[in-house]
Amino acid sequence: MREEALKSNTPWICVSCYHCVVRCPQNIHIPDVMYTLKDMAVQAKLVQDSTAPDFSQTFVDMVEEYGRSFEMGLASRHYMKHFPLRLANMMPMGMGMLARKRMNLAPTRIKNMKQLKAILKRAKELEAKQ
Amino acid sequence: MSDYILYPGCSMEASARAYYDSLKAISKPLGLNLREIEDWNCCGATEYLSVSKTPAYALIARNLALASNQANETHSVVAPCSACYLNLAKADYYMREQPKLGKTVNEALAAGNLHYVPGSLDIRHLLDVIVYDIGLDSVEKKVVQPLTGLRVVPYLGCMVPRPDYDHHWSDHEFPVELDFLLKVLGADVVDYPLKTECCGGHMPQISPSTAFEMLRRLISTADERDGDVMVTICPMCQLNIDGYQGEMNQFFGTNYHMPILFFTQLMGLAFGIEPKELGFGLELVSARNVLDTLGVKAPPETPPAPPRRPRKPEGLPMPTPLTKPQIEALKKEVVK
Repeated sequence: MREEALKSNTPWICVSCYHCVVRCPQNIHIPDVMYTLKDMAVQAKLVQDSTAPDFSQTFVDMVEEYGRSFEMGLASRHYMKHFPLRLANMMPMGMGMLARKRMNLAPTRIKNMKQLKAILKRAKELEAKQ
Repeated sequence: MSDYILYPGCSMEASARAYYDSLKAISKPLGLNLREIEDWNCCGATEYLSVSKTPAYALIARNLALASNQANETHSVVAPCSACYLNLAKADYYMREQPKLGKTVNEALAAGNLHYVPGSLDIRHLLDVIVYDIGLDSVEKKVVQPLTGLRVVPYLGCMVPRPDYDHHWSDHEFPVELDFLLKVLGADVVDYPLKTECCGGHMPQISPSTAFEMLRRLISTADERDGDVMVTICPMCQLNIDGYQGEMNQFFGTNYHMPILFFTQLMGLAFGIEPKELGFGLELVSARNVLDTLGVKAPPETPPAPPRRPRKPEGLPMPTPLTKPQIEALKKEVVK
């Protein structure tokens, strides 16, 4: 059962729209269950399709580096790896976003990156202890 | 003037620039005084929680701690972005409800000399502040250019009305706040049954065909109900419906043209503010029809990319594929 649950793609296809939370007659917080299953599947290395976990990890890498999300870096890294054939179809959107300055070519870094890094380092140590 | 601490979130400075521009433009007539959190960081969207829990909450809580340091006369933090709003509210709620989590997160914050007392801030979404703090009466008084004859589709997406930890909204699935606001602006509000359905979130990056089907439902329903424009309160919804509409049309062989704007942009128009100041023209699916319906002069469109440099006539000729007789002749030569 454990392996079946962790290998399932259900948690990864969940977009956390929270419909289930407000409809569940037993007040089960299903999206939080999904988030937990995702964490556990990554830890147990039981993820079957790496598209979604890679996207999350790339997003997290950007945030840990800059303190902000960086769409240009995220999109290019993710599409190159997982959807190289879609790049041609994506061009009009990408160019449109760049022309309107809706996508930045360079990342923005927060001022006190040192503080954020220290907090995240400590948080990871505490997470490992649990 | 009403004072609020503002958490803008990453998208407001990039993909949702029109949201930030229009918010700045309408805050003066509304008497909204917004102070940005100094040196705020990303909220982690829906991604950090998928990777690990404690760091994800610590990331969010750094913003809460910075905001509470900045709070003096006001304890209200306003977030215009749905995911940011949800994450700030979620971290605050769980730190309150689960003292163990609150303690762990504060232990992590201590590494950066920060501390947050759960429950000490009031986390609000921008729409909530405009409808319930400023009030629809005050908004109505500022309207100089009613949106008469414009059929507007109210679209909220999922993360603002749900899960609604602190009971701010009239309903979880069919809230009416945005409808009432648009009505006050003079618009013809479309009854839209999918108003809190999901836009797909990060789905275009995970499973494109799933994402396109989610977008098709939203866009085709808005179109069937004769909407001129969709209006949203969320940067992610705007990006998906606006940015991926072209690729979705390609995927299904359809030809939808459904513009989507931020509600603050329509408020600005109704207040008589210049479209350029409100970020009109930044959308990929042009919302010019909105301005035409209202008889407002449109700002110049973003110039298209310059055409490719024409080849010089004196340049060397490019190789052309061989014709059949040429190939046959070549074959004969090789055989010889």
